Amino acid sequence: MNVTATPALPLGDDALILSHRLGEWAGHAPVLEEEVALANIALDLLGQARVLLSLVGDEDELAYLREERQFRNLQLVEQPNGDFAHTIARQLYFSTYQELLFGHLAATDSELAPLTAKAVKEVAYHRDHAHQWTLRLGDGTEESHTRMQRALDALWRFTGELFEPVEGLDTVPWPALHDSWTARITATLEQATLTVPEGPRHGAWRAGAGRQGLHTESFGRLLAEMQHLHRSHPGAAW
Amino acid sequence: MTTPHPAEAPAPTADTSARPADWPLWEVFVRSRRGLSHTHAGSLHAPDAAMALRNARDLYTRRSEGVSIWVVPSAEVTASSPDEKDSFFEPAGDKPYRHPTFYEIPDGVHHL
Repeated sequence: MNVTATPALPLGDDALILSHRLGEWAGHAPVLEEEVALANIALDLLGQARVLLSLVGDEDELAYLREERQFRNLQLVEQPNGDFAHTIARQLYFSTYQELLFGHLAATDSELAPLTAKAVKEVAYHRDHAHQWTLRLGDGTEESHTRMQRALDALWRFTGELFEPVEGLDTVPWPALHDSWTARITATLEQATLTVPEGPRHGAWRAGAGRQGLHTESFGRLLAEMQHLHRSHPGAAW
Repeated sequence: MTTPHPAEAPAPTADTSARPADWPLWEVFVRSRRGLSHTHAGSLHAPDAAMALRNARDLYTRRSEGVSIWVVPSAEVTASSPDEKDSFFEPAGDKPYRHPTFYEIPDGVHHL
């Protein structure tokens, strides 16, 4: 499939893939109330993905018929759910980034402005949800603190990629975005009695690898599950 | 199975240490729009008031049912007892003059 280079593609892929990951919690969340909360976030992201991918081409073809190397999402969003702390850490890192990025794009006159202006309110809620849970897990029991810190540390090396410039988003001040992101994450983690991770900000591949179509091991399994139905029964409808 | 990715956490386990039963129950009241009172919508479990409010938002207002939410610890609700039903409510049953049914409701008055 020939895909046009537009920033709607990487941003749409971020939303699509994280939505799928969060959807994996359905039936497995620690409590019913939290299951609904995660499903709500997943549906918000799926809505964003549909609008963004429709700007690029046929949303179904893009979601279900592309190969792994054609996806442009961040490696962060494809990381497995892990325990609940990993899911929350991934959400905190990503939603903080997405809120800042969409907040900037909403104030521009790009074709993404209307969508991002609407989405930024949803994303603020996602970030708040992750923030609230980070506080409770970090400042909760000894075990919840240990698990939350472990999750933050494990996902830290996927955060460098967030601030690699995205083609077509030339107006975004990436270094300033990085500074704002770091300040917000630091504030949340300090309040939660957690430590801001140190260490490399890049995965095994160079930074920006997800945006170039290079993905981590578990991404293939995610795609297999996500695309299986459509590929087995092309054009299947409810 | 191959060695998992270093960042890959252990798979979700059937850890039952945080059962919802450990969390208190909260009663949720939603005001559907300005001018109306808050109405009881249901109940939910949450570890504290802030999370109860957020859970209530997700459970009861995601189809734009509300403009305001109250959450109240269920333990703080004092309820009448079914045993007191007769003495509480029956005496009002045969006093129709207490009901405002003898008035014409003016046009334009809603929610009376």
